[in-house]
Amino acid sequence: MAKEHKLAIFRGRLEFKSNIQKIWGIFAFLSLVTIVEVFLGIVKPEFLVVNTFLSLKILNWIFILLTIVKAYYITWDFMHMRDETKTLRRVVVWTGIFLICYLVFIVLIEGNYIFDVYKTGHIKFDF
Amino acid sequence: MEATVVKTDIEGKTWEGGNKPLTVSYGKMMMWFFIVSDALTFSGFLAAYGFSRFKFVDSWPIADEVFTHFPFLHGVDAPMYYVAFMTFILIFSSVTMVLAVDAGHHMKKNKVIIYLFLTIIGGAIFVGSQAWEWSTFIRGEYGAVETKGGKILQFIDTDGHRVALKDIAHSSSQRDAHESSTGLWYTTDDKRLTTYTIDDIKEGFAHKPNVLIRTQYLDEKGKPIILSREASLEKLNKDGVGIVEGANLKHNEYGTPLFADFFFFITGFHGFHVFSGVLINIIVFFNVIIGTYERRGHYEMVEKVGLYWHFVDLVWVFVFTVFYLV
Repeated sequence: MAKEHKLAIFRGRLEFKSNIQKIWGIFAFLSLVTIVEVFLGIVKPEFLVVNTFLSLKILNWIFILLTIVKAYYITWDFMHMRDETKTLRRVVVWTGIFLICYLVFIVLIEGNYIFDVYKTGHIKFDF
Repeated sequence: MEATVVKTDIEGKTWEGGNKPLTVSYGKMMMWFFIVSDALTFSGFLAAYGFSRFKFVDSWPIADEVFTHFPFLHGVDAPMYYVAFMTFILIFSSVTMVLAVDAGHHMKKNKVIIYLFLTIIGGAIFVGSQAWEWSTFIRGEYGAVETKGGKILQFIDTDGHRVALKDIAHSSSQRDAHESSTGLWYTTDDKRLTTYTIDDIKEGFAHKPNVLIRTQYLDEKGKPIILSREASLEKLNKDGVGIVEGANLKHNEYGTPLFADFFFFITGFHGFHVFSGVLINIIVFFNVIIGTYERRGHYEMVEKVGLYWHFVDLVWVFVFTVFYLV
């Protein structure tokens, strides 16, 4: 059991005095990110919807990025991954990240391919 | 029988299993590995959702037109506010959980009790909110017409406001539902009868010149395509075959039924995780009260259930993004 908590976040730019203080700081940060997400989701700024990067709207990239930021702080500070050994961290995180990226990559490309078949091919529904 | 006591003398020897490279207890490590496998399960579901969405990317429902309700605010268009509220509830219950873990490190029993209690309350509010969200989704709001090809036609007036079925039909010619109290023969009503028949809607629509049809297909800006009045009349009379009110696994008034299927399955599976998390929290809560962990000398069980609870929060962060934002 890790008794000592690492209290610095944002690569050491922000250091908390106690673990409790860090918890509330992370909560404030996660809330802020959620508010930004909901705000963007309701407003949907035009230039973020029209412009795309790798055939995905910029707005959706922002959402995915902010989600990963949130996931990082939940895992690192709420689940105390920051205090675990480097090995455990890599065993858990790299395994997950690698398999998920692999799956999402394959499955989304396949979905897009089927969309193209519907769109341009003569097969309408039974595919 | 001292001979049976074997001193293995492996302390510190790397190749005899003597050292602990992860410096973590067995229970916590196994919780981490469970979390990895559960994360892969969830990402499998979410990737399947992404697959189906990419497959029908030009006709997928827009989430903030589907989830526009807030409890006690009828008729107010409140896209996403309620799910945002649910997200805050879950994040906050994560905070109280990690505070309970911290209090456990300092062996402060009463603080652990308070924080665990707050965590349980937060989880219960979340599950209740999800039940409300489901029932609103199942009930539906405006209703829609289903076409021969299984697509959805919604109604919209020339100002861009949605029009409900009840504002289109003059009267209902729907027959009475058969009930078992009137005899057991021919109980073919295996589903709920809709309020109106397709002919009521066709007839009413012909007398409403300012109502148009909105298809489920999206234009390049991601807005649903609205037909002209002539095209609307033709489309409705030629292709309209049925009425959809609300959503279930086969029909969905908001768009493709796949959306409803994934919604029920993924949020249901997540809700089941929250529910079991609440149950485990309650068990640990009572164990804290009767002093089990105080006697054991450490509160590691609170830490382990805490890991699970944070994981449930983590999954929700992704479900929230995939279903409601992207």
